[in-house]
Amino acid sequence: MNWEIVMGLETHVELSTESKIFCSCSTGFGGAPNSQCCPVCMGLPGALPVLNEKVVEYGVKVGLALGCTITPVSRFDRKNYFYPDLPKGYQISQLYAPLCRNGRVEVAGTTIGIHEIHMEEDAGKLYHDPETGETRCDFNRCGVPLLEIVTEPDFRTAQQVVAYLELLREHLQYLGVSDGKMEEGSLRCDVNLSVRPVGGDTLGTRTEMKNLGSFKGIARAIAYESQRQIALLERGERVAQETRRFDEERGETFSMRSKEEARDYRYFPEPDLPPVVLSQEYIKHIRDHLPELGEAKRRRYAQEYQLPEYDGQMVTSHPALARFFEELVGLGAPPKQGANWIMGEVLGALSERGLSPEQLPMPPKTLARLIALVAEGKLNRNTAVKVFQAVFDTDEDVDEYVAAHHLEQVQDVELVEKTVALVLEDNPRSVADYRGGKEKAFGFLVGQTMGRLQGKADPQTVRRVLLEQLTKK
Amino acid sequence: MKLTHLTALELGRAIAQGDVTIPQATQAALEEMAARDERLNSCITILEEQAMERSEALQRGLKPGLSPLYGVPLLLKDNLCTQGVRTTCGSKLLEHYVPPYNATAVDRVEGAGGVCLGKGNLDEFAMGSTTETSHFGPTRNPWEESRVPGGSSGGCAAGVAAGFAWYALGSDTGGSIRQPAGYCGLTGIKPTYGTVSRYGLIAYASSFDQVGPLCRDAADCAAVLDVIQGRDLRDSTTVDGDYGGLLAALTPDIRGLRVGLPVECFGEGLNPQVARRVQEVAGVLESRGAAVTWVTIPELEWGMETYYVLASAEASSNLARYDGVKYGFRAKEYKNLTQMYENTRSQGFGKEAKVRILLGTFVLSAGYYEAYYKKALAVQAQVKEGVKRAFGVCDVLLTPVTPNTAPRLGESLTNPMEMYLSDLYTVPANLAGLPALSMPCGVDGQGLPVGAQLVGPRFGEQVILNAAHAYQQETDHHKRVPRGGRVG
Repeated sequence: MNWEIVMGLETHVELSTESKIFCSCSTGFGGAPNSQCCPVCMGLPGALPVLNEKVVEYGVKVGLALGCTITPVSRFDRKNYFYPDLPKGYQISQLYAPLCRNGRVEVAGTTIGIHEIHMEEDAGKLYHDPETGETRCDFNRCGVPLLEIVTEPDFRTAQQVVAYLELLREHLQYLGVSDGKMEEGSLRCDVNLSVRPVGGDTLGTRTEMKNLGSFKGIARAIAYESQRQIALLERGERVAQETRRFDEERGETFSMRSKEEARDYRYFPEPDLPPVVLSQEYIKHIRDHLPELGEAKRRRYAQEYQLPEYDGQMVTSHPALARFFEELVGLGAPPKQGANWIMGEVLGALSERGLSPEQLPMPPKTLARLIALVAEGKLNRNTAVKVFQAVFDTDEDVDEYVAAHHLEQVQDVELVEKTVALVLEDNPRSVADYRGGKEKAFGFLVGQTMGRLQGKADPQTVRRVLLEQLTKK
Repeated sequence: MKLTHLTALELGRAIAQGDVTIPQATQAALEEMAARDERLNSCITILEEQAMERSEALQRGLKPGLSPLYGVPLLLKDNLCTQGVRTTCGSKLLEHYVPPYNATAVDRVEGAGGVCLGKGNLDEFAMGSTTETSHFGPTRNPWEESRVPGGSSGGCAAGVAAGFAWYALGSDTGGSIRQPAGYCGLTGIKPTYGTVSRYGLIAYASSFDQVGPLCRDAADCAAVLDVIQGRDLRDSTTVDGDYGGLLAALTPDIRGLRVGLPVECFGEGLNPQVARRVQEVAGVLESRGAAVTWVTIPELEWGMETYYVLASAEASSNLARYDGVKYGFRAKEYKNLTQMYENTRSQGFGKEAKVRILLGTFVLSAGYYEAYYKKALAVQAQVKEGVKRAFGVCDVLLTPVTPNTAPRLGESLTNPMEMYLSDLYTVPANLAGLPALSMPCGVDGQGLPVGAQLVGPRFGEQVILNAAHAYQQETDHHKRVPRGGRVG
C-alpha cells in the first residue's frame, strides 16, 4: 500500500523583546541563574502580571506576515499543571481567544494553513546534578515571551516542513521579532504526524514529537516516525496517540506519555489580565509599517537589479545582509558587483571569524569605496581583496589605507612597458620557452612583472603589454 | 472617650493638634493588645518594636498635612504582603514566609503616615467565614468570647473592635470584610472591583478579591479609601474610579435617595431580630428624606452556588504555587517529585482549603468545565444584569449583612452549609463587582451586633458612604464598644 504522511506543526518562537512578557525583568540569555527574576516572574504570593505591549505588537506583526486575521479582542487563559520549572503552577497562555487566526503561507509549492498564533510565557529551566542527585531551578527564562504558531495538518513531506520553518525563520528575522535560532532554543518545533493510505480523507491516529533541535533532526525524526507508524499499520497493529521524544543521537523516537497520561490543563480565563483590545487603526498602523520581507526583496532585486535568482537568495539569506546590500547599491555600487562581494568576501570573512551577519563589523561605505576604486581602475581586484581583508574589522578609511600602503594601481603604461622589457631581458629562457610553445611560461612572466610592480598593476594591462612585446621581438 | 476608642479621624486630629503623640497612641494600643490578645488571638504577628520605632520617627518628622490619618495605628490582614515581615495567610504553608516587597495598599497607608501594629488573623488563605480555619488558631469575638468574630478578616475586625488599633485593612472575596464587621459592630466597605490595587494581596479568587477598610464609622472608611484607592500600574485590573475625595464630599444629606430592599434578602432563613434591625435602618434613612421601596432581584437566589463554583475554580489555580519547591513549607519525607507535591500539599493545607481546591479542580476538569464553570459564568452575568436592573429604580440596596449574628466557636465547623449560608447576602456584590458597606445597626437579644449592608452601583462608594454617614448622625450603634473592652 502507498502511504501518505500528514503533519501539522506547533512552533514556539521566543520573542526578542528587551523585557519579559509580564514584568520588566531582562530577557537576556546566559545570565547567572536566578539573576533576572522578580516577584512577578517567580510567582511569589500576591504578585500580578502586567502585559508587555511589545509582545502584542510583535505577535500582530508575525500574524500579518503569515496572512492571519488579528483578533480584535483576545484574552489570556491559565494552563494549569504542576512542574518545578513553572513557579505559579500555571502558565499564562491563550486558548479561547488567541491573538491571530486563519493565516496561510505558500511554501515549496503548497499552501500551509495557519490555525492560530497565541502569546504565552516561557517556563524556567531545571538542572539535574548527577553527583548529588539534586535538581536546581533557574527561573531566568520564566516569563520570556513566546508565540506559539499552530499550523493546519497541511504538510505531506519533510521537505515542506523544513521549507516552512526556513521561511518562518526568515520572516521572524526580517520582522526583527526573534533571532529564530533553533540551537539556542528561540525556535522550537513539535511535529504532529499521522499516516494514511494515499488519497484517504480521514486522518490517522497522530503522535506528537518533541525535542526537535535542528532542521536536520526534524527531517530525520519525520522519516523515522512515519516509517514506524507505517510498519505498525502494515503489521495490522495500531498507532497509539501519544507524545514522543526524538533522540537526536539514536535517530529514533521514544514514547513520553500516552493519551491516558495526558494532562488535563483545566484552562480557564486569566482573571489578572484584562482582554487585549486592538483597534483597526492599531492593526492598520502595524500593517502599513511592516518591513519588506525576504520574498518581496528577492522579487524586487530580480526586477530592479536583474540580480540572478541564486544571488538574490544568498543576499537575502539574512536581513542584515540584505540591508548591507541595499546600502551598497545606494552608495553607487553596481548590484551584481555588490552581490559578488557579499557572496564571496563578506560571507567568507564572517564565517572565518564565526560571526553572524548582524555582527558584520564593516560599514557598507567601505566596501562601496573599494568597489568604486576597482571600477575606476585605481585598484586591481586582487589588491582590493587584500585591502578588504585588512580593513574588515577596523573602521579604517579605504583611501587612507591604500595611500599609506602605496597600493594604487600603476596607471602608467610606460612604466609597465619598461618593466616588461626588463623582465624579458632577465628571463631569456622563459621567453624562449614561450616562443617554443610552452604557454606556462607566459604566466611566469606575468608573475615576474606583477612582482616587480608590487602587484599594483592592472593584470590585463600587463598581459597585453607582455603579449605585444613577445610577438614584436 | 478612651483614647483607644476614638475614631481614626478623631485620633488623627488629636495628633495633628498635638493633644496626643503618635508614640502615646501606639503605646496605648499595644497595652490593650498585651492585656487581651492572648485570649482574642486577633494578631498572628504583633510588631511591637517596629511600631514604636516608626511612631517615634513619624512624631519627629511630624507631617500631619500628609493625610488626616497621619500617625494613626492600624492592623493589616495577614494576606497583605509586608516587606521583611512574615506574611502567613493563616496557613502552615506560609508560616515562615517573609515577602521581599510591600503590597500597594500597604505602601499607600504607610505613605499616608500609617503605623502598622500587627498582622491580623484570618481563615487560611481567606477561605472561611469565622477565622476558625487559621493555622494559628481561631480568633474570638471581643463582644462575647465564646463567639466567632466572623471571617475571613476576623482578626482585623476583632482587633479594631477591641481597641487594638483604630482601623484595619482587610480583604473581601465573598463578604470577608463586611461579615466580620457585622459580627463585631464595625463599619467596613468592600470597594468596587478594581478600585484598590490587589498587588501584594495573596490571591484567593482573583476576580472577586478586593482590599478595603474595617473602621469605626463611615467617615473613617471614606478617609482610608481616599488613601488606598486608585489605579496601580502593577495591577492591570485596577481602574481609575475618579472619586475625587470621598471624605471631603461626605455629606449626611440624603434627601431624595432611593433605597431598595430586595425581597429575596428578607425571606426564609433570616433571623427575625436581624430583619427588624435592618428594617429600622430603612426607617431612619426615610426620616432623613430617603425614599424606601421593595425591589425584586430573583437572580440573587443563585448567587451562593455561582460564587462557590467560580471562587473555588480560581482558588484551585491560585493555590497551585504552594508546592514546596520555592518557598514555604515542604514535607520532610518524599521519594520523588509527585510525592513531594502530594505530601507538601496534604500536610500544608487545612481542610477548608482542600475542600475548595478539590471543588475548583473538579469544576475546571475536562467534561465538567461546561456544566459547572461555564454555566456559573453565565449565571454570574445574569446576577449582574438583575442587580443592574434594580439600580434602575433605586440608588442603593439595603440588606442584612448575615442571616444571623455571630455563631459560637465550633458551630460552623460541624455545619459547613450554615457557614456558607452566612455569605448569602454579601456574595452578590462580589459577583457583580459592586461596592458594599456593612455597618452596625443595633444588637440582638444576646447583645451581639447586627449589621446592615448598603450596596451601591459601580463606583457608587460616595452614595453608600453618605447613606451610612447619615444613618450614623442619627444613631449611635457604631459608638458602642464591646463589654470586654472596658468602656471608657
